Amino acid sequence: MKAIYILWLRELKRYVRSRAQIIASLGQPLLYLLVLGFGLGPVFRKAGGGSYMQFMAPGIIGMTILFTSVFSGIALLWDRQFGFLKETLVAPVPRLRIMIGRTLGASTVAMMQGTLVMVITLIAGFRPSSLVAIPLGFVFMALIAIVFAGLGVVIGSSLKDMQGFQLVMNFLVLPIFFLSGALFPLENLPRALTVATGLDPLSYGVDGLRSVLIGVAHFGVAVDVAVLASVATALLCLGAWRFSRIEA
Amino acid sequence: MIRVHNLVKRFGDFTAVNDISFEVNKGEIFAFLGPNGAGKTTTIKMLTTLLRPTSGTLELDGLNPAIKKHEARQRFGIVFQDPSLDQELTAWENMELHGMLYDVPRKLRRERTETLLKLFELWEKRDGLVKTFSGGMKRRLEIARGFLHTPKILFLDEPTLGLDPQSRNQLWTQVKSLNESESVTVFLTTHYMEEAARVAHRIAVIDHGRIVAIGSTQELKEQTGTESLEDAFLALTGASLRDETATSADQMRQVAQMWRR
Repeated sequence: MKAIYILWLRELKRYVRSRAQIIASLGQPLLYLLVLGFGLGPVFRKAGGGSYMQFMAPGIIGMTILFTSVFSGIALLWDRQFGFLKETLVAPVPRLRIMIGRTLGASTVAMMQGTLVMVITLIAGFRPSSLVAIPLGFVFMALIAIVFAGLGVVIGSSLKDMQGFQLVMNFLVLPIFFLSGALFPLENLPRALTVATGLDPLSYGVDGLRSVLIGVAHFGVAVDVAVLASVATALLCLGAWRFSRIEA
Repeated sequence: MIRVHNLVKRFGDFTAVNDISFEVNKGEIFAFLGPNGAGKTTTIKMLTTLLRPTSGTLELDGLNPAIKKHEARQRFGIVFQDPSLDQELTAWENMELHGMLYDVPRKLRRERTETLLKLFELWEKRDGLVKTFSGGMKRRLEIARGFLHTPKILFLDEPTLGLDPQSRNQLWTQVKSLNESESVTVFLTTHYMEEAARVAHRIAVIDHGRIVAIGSTQELKEQTGTESLEDAFLALTGASLRDETATSADQMRQVAQMWRR
């Protein structure tokens, strides 16, 4: 327990101390929120979709959690070649606990970043349907954070060097974001896109957030929770296995 | 304390460590010398459970680190060739983290941290972030950290690489004094012959994955009929340059250095 706690605490301390990075990583969600939110707002309203800001805010929160979680997984790669990871790998602590500590830390950090963005969306004009909605929103934020922190560990312990990073970014992380329905409704899409969005775990995360925050659902909350929980379990098992195979 | 018998490590067609055998006694300072790519780091990685040997047997304090990983890990400390501190944490926090990973009880952990930080002249800087430390201070902190859980064996993989003569001198003085006061067995690798001659009780010269000579500085000089350890080393390993092919780790090391100012 001690080891899990101290590794979790480490992630938190690193996050709180990297103020410049926190602010920098707010740039992208802010850009989407303000430019797309206000830019596409009129079209969305004309098409009968209501307020685009309301629709998109849960998606942007989901996106923030996705990026933050996956990145901390990729930091594992950096830590692994040169740094701190070796210190933990030679310690008399089972690999699984090291991985759990790091993953919990990464998820917590992603939740905190997601909360910051949620506050920003509230300032920008996003209004959840009720106050009860917000705690329920945190449940989905946590689920999204765990799923993608798990994915981050799988990526971080599978890549050999930083060159693979661009590949992962362009062919995995960005598609996960764009196909998640964060920016557009999942109804009446072309067949191929319907299949792709259905395969994207973030779709269920964003849908869950949207259901509890503004009461608009595509898959339904039960399906969302079931899918996210099973994907999280699968990715964490895969991550634990990949992580246990790291040789320095 | 350390026993290595017919140890082999192959990476594909390449044999990094080719059938080496040696023993290190309790409380001894043992140096591993060899040109780049001779197999020094690979040997250390196998001894410290980071790599599995292809064949041969290892023993640390009577335990096989390939099988009894957990028990073996409690018995050694290691300072890697690449820094393994958390740069975003303070010196104190790095020590705390290490102590908690090794399950050192709180009271003992605090006491030893204080003693060691004082010994390595870092006590005043205990609340400074490691990223603001000089190369020498980081090295000292890593070595202090390696001693925190009172290991029986301390591995030092090129601990003085890139340090100025003052820092190197001080560092070895401190390691020597801990070797004597806590009777820790020290296994080190270095490129600086005069350091090995100064601190090590015995030296093994390794080249192309094989041990070519083993003995005290005096014995190595006598064996080769040379005046200094450096000449003995060159007589044993030849004067040709070793060009390692750059691996992805080397490329990342370069990037890492650029980033680190």
